[in-house]
Amino acid sequence: MDITTDTQKPAPSRTPQPPAAGNKRAGRGVTRPGDRIFVGLSRGSGILVLVIMAAIAAFLTYRAVLAIGEDEANFFTSFEWNPTGSPPEFGIAVLAYGTVVSSVIAMAIAVPISVGIALFITHYAPRKLGGLIGYVIDLLAAVPSIVYGLWGALVLVPHLNGLYGWLDEYLGWTGIFEWNGGAGRSLLTVGILLAIMILPIITNVSREVFRQVPRMHEEAALALGATRWEVIRMSVLPFGRSGVISASMLGLGRALGETMAVAMVLSPTFDITPSLLDPGGGTFAQNIASKFNEATQMGRDALIASGLVLFVITLLVNGGARMIIARRKEYSGANA
Amino acid sequence: MSNATLTPAPKNRSSLRAATLPKWFPWAVAAGSVLLGLGISAAAGLNSSIQWALIAAVLFVAGSYGISARVEGGRQAKDRVATSMVWVAFLLALIPLLSLIWETVKQGVKVLDGYFLTHSMGVVGDSEPGGGIYHAILGTLEQVGLATLFSVPVGVLTAIYLVEYGRGRLAKAVTFFVDVMTGIPSIVAGLFVLSLWVLILDMGPSGVAGSFALCILMIPVVVRSTEEMLKLVPNELREASLALGVPKWRTILKVVLPTSIGGIVTGVMLAVARITGETAPVLLLVWGTDFINANPFQDPQESLPMYIYLQYGAGSDAAYDRAWAAALTLIAFIMILNLAARGIARWKAPKTGR
Amino acid sequence: MKLQRMNRRALALGALAVSGALALTACGSDDTGGNSNGGDASAAANSNIKCDDAKGQLQASGSSAQKNAIDAWVKQYVAACKNVQINYNPTGSGAGITAFTQGQTAFAGSDSALKPEEIEASKKVCTDGQAIDLPMVGGPIAVGFNVTGVDSLVLDAPTMAKIFDSKITNWNDEAIKKLNPDAKLPDLKIQAFHRSDESGTTDNFTKYLKAAAPDDWKYEGGKSWEAKGGQSAQGSSGLAGQVKQTPGAISYFELSYAKDGIKTVDVKTAAAEPVKATVENATAAIGAAKVVGTGKDLALELDYTPDAAGAYPLVLVTYEIACDKGNKADTLPATKSFLNYMASEDGQGLLADAGYAPMPTEIITKVRETISGLS
Repeated sequence: MDITTDTQKPAPSRTPQPPAAGNKRAGRGVTRPGDRIFVGLSRGSGILVLVIMAAIAAFLTYRAVLAIGEDEANFFTSFEWNPTGSPPEFGIAVLAYGTVVSSVIAMAIAVPISVGIALFITHYAPRKLGGLIGYVIDLLAAVPSIVYGLWGALVLVPHLNGLYGWLDEYLGWTGIFEWNGGAGRSLLTVGILLAIMILPIITNVSREVFRQVPRMHEEAALALGATRWEVIRMSVLPFGRSGVISASMLGLGRALGETMAVAMVLSPTFDITPSLLDPGGGTFAQNIASKFNEATQMGRDALIASGLVLFVITLLVNGGARMIIARRKEYSGANA
Repeated sequence: MSNATLTPAPKNRSSLRAATLPKWFPWAVAAGSVLLGLGISAAAGLNSSIQWALIAAVLFVAGSYGISARVEGGRQAKDRVATSMVWVAFLLALIPLLSLIWETVKQGVKVLDGYFLTHSMGVVGDSEPGGGIYHAILGTLEQVGLATLFSVPVGVLTAIYLVEYGRGRLAKAVTFFVDVMTGIPSIVAGLFVLSLWVLILDMGPSGVAGSFALCILMIPVVVRSTEEMLKLVPNELREASLALGVPKWRTILKVVLPTSIGGIVTGVMLAVARITGETAPVLLLVWGTDFINANPFQDPQESLPMYIYLQYGAGSDAAYDRAWAAALTLIAFIMILNLAARGIARWKAPKTGR
Repeated sequence: MKLQRMNRRALALGALAVSGALALTACGSDDTGGNSNGGDASAAANSNIKCDDAKGQLQASGSSAQKNAIDAWVKQYVAACKNVQINYNPTGSGAGITAFTQGQTAFAGSDSALKPEEIEASKKVCTDGQAIDLPMVGGPIAVGFNVTGVDSLVLDAPTMAKIFDSKITNWNDEAIKKLNPDAKLPDLKIQAFHRSDESGTTDNFTKYLKAAAPDDWKYEGGKSWEAKGGQSAQGSSGLAGQVKQTPGAISYFELSYAKDGIKTVDVKTAAAEPVKATVENATAAIGAAKVVGTGKDLALELDYTPDAAGAYPLVLVTYEIACDKGNKADTLPATKSFLNYMASEDGQGLLADAGYAPMPTEIITKVRETISGLS
């Protein structure tokens, strides 16, 4: 325990009084107006955050409940999206499928590659080059999704045709890689684009983790005659595993909620096809962005209901990531 | 490269030193597999660069494993495979990322000039050349500036509360909900402000409405990064100040904040960079206009990401050119922010730190 | 101490950045269109536009189907009335009507007439009045295709219905061959594209299919696409872009988007000859429309199965929506003046060049009368 917690301790923890108010604290210092104002301000900010969140949650839930109450189809299993019809029918099955599939593809591509790049930067590349690449990857993490979307729609999609033809020819029999030769604006394309987008994020966090592997572990392994790969497998990866997992979860969070890039690249249809290469499917965020404009009040409420589901999913994923991070206190600071 | 000398000799060799492949070996295999990959693609009539790169990558990994396993033994071969996998991962990732930057710059410079930067779209139609992004730059700066103005005090104070004062239920609740807030999809934040601002308060679309939505996205990022930075401030500093009888609030303002200011500013700038590229909420709330509107409190404005989206949607070649040029401007702006943030971080890094 | 001095320097830097941003607001100007496009010489000469005392910013939003027409009008209008800025935001009809009934805009553009509940909602913003439909722009919905070696293609409603319902999947299908005995139809998969967003264009297109091919199109129709399969893209421009890029593609969009070499289908109707998608043929079909709106409302009912020769059945009418009474006082002069210009002979005359169909005389006269009575 450090001094800050010590001074706090005597204050009764349940009452919302600032710590300076408790009687037991009298011996330690005088209550100053400045302190009271400052505590009030900072506590007020904290409460403001709570109020905003409560308002958003209440609003989303209220709207969603209204919409789902009107829904004549099963909200979780229906393949329809026609909230303006009579009777209104809409369901999130297609969206959930598309969101999960595209994110899984993105993760399957991005995680191994990101770990590879992170290892490259920390353990393989010359120090200066590693620093430079780290820098570039950092900057790429900040490129806005709208630019990824523009690039994806105008550059990536035409370039994938060759690859898709190839997959269709050799793996088409599986059904998953069947392709009918249209523009490749499919869930697989979305997955690839999302992978490219989350790659810098996962790389960044993994790199930080790998960097904190105690030097001694690695040197001990080297001294025992391990090859570089064995050093990584025995000391770096075990140490960094939870860090990589939480990095991946952060990336997953972004992939799940990505809106504009998906809306620009995907050719959405409201059904589920076994093939990943044929256009079709949709994601929660993309569906909101694409359908919002023409939606009536009922349509907007239905979209908000799907937004709520997305919100809960991202919340779980982010929460999971934070819990994993919280379990490891090694790289947080003095007060943790 | 000293690993090889440390490796114990394989059983079937008498020499103390294991056979090692020369240093140029990976390069030779790389060159060979690229050539072979190109050759195979050409022979099979494949024309996608993705394909030959994939073929070359597979060839490289298989080739170096095979040769190394024969000459150096299994463990070294595995090491080589790992090394090449890491290289392949790096190169694979580099291709799309470099292509992104290359295409944006190449396509972006076509119409990016002084005229483009100092004029709005005005009455230029979707399919006609001409027009510019002045109104969008102006709108973005004002909206992001306002959002920063609102969220930085709230975010920093919340972080101070969490780190310096926060104990008990309230702090736990705030921590939890800040986490929740990070997960809000940007379009949902937009929907929320839309219903509050436009439907309940009966206000029209304006720059400031967009700023509110951006705030919701920005506050949690600022809180998180500031919190991390404040936690990094060594307790000895606080103790020393408190021991001198300095009140706690002055300790925070004069000791804790100045020590961590570099990190906080960096965090804020990264948050700014993040919200600058947000499209969805701006699309709903700021609404877009083709004319210059310098007043963020009244009438619709434009913003750069929205401009890119609308020009992409317009679909003509002239509009694509404008979209690329705007994308280049946006990236340049965000990169400059990032570089500046990193510069500040280095410049003002706590010198007393660990 | 050193720290503080550096803080001050950082502050100074920040102040510099802020003032720099502020200074930026001083320069820069709106593109008035005279810069880079030709054919604009007439803009200044157009003295027929009556500006009256119109001024200020006019906000409007809605249907993207009429965006190209509005672009052309705005350019002429703003050149004549320098005090007005018109900002038409192609958000889509639904969002346009919503924005209008929330009082955010001066008028809305919509490709379907107001629904009763929308009229009800409009009474909040139209003091003592209600929102009315003013048919202003007609447009043929072209069916564009991309098949190498085929320059003209004739399709009838049942065949189109089957194509867009994924029942016919190859260009060398018998049904298509029968309609095009002379064309060299390749063995190529059909890529049928539809709108991914809700759209009045989809609404009109499916209404046509339902009216003209009830046996092959079993869906109810409406703004969102209901048939299974096919591909989709956002907006008419998105569809046109996909047709341009994708071999074997077919899709529907307003004629004004069918440019840069996109070929369009001739539609076989009850008339002897297949009808080309042209502005004149569309006007001929709109001429058969009936006004079904009540009072000042001029909503039209279109006939999707005309049997007259040269009447193109696939048409769409976009309405401007404003209050009959109780328009906002500060924007009323500009709204009236701009709507007047749109309905004027000059305004309607611009439409054909932009790929739209002018309203038939009988209807546009009523529109002009109604506009002059707006208050």
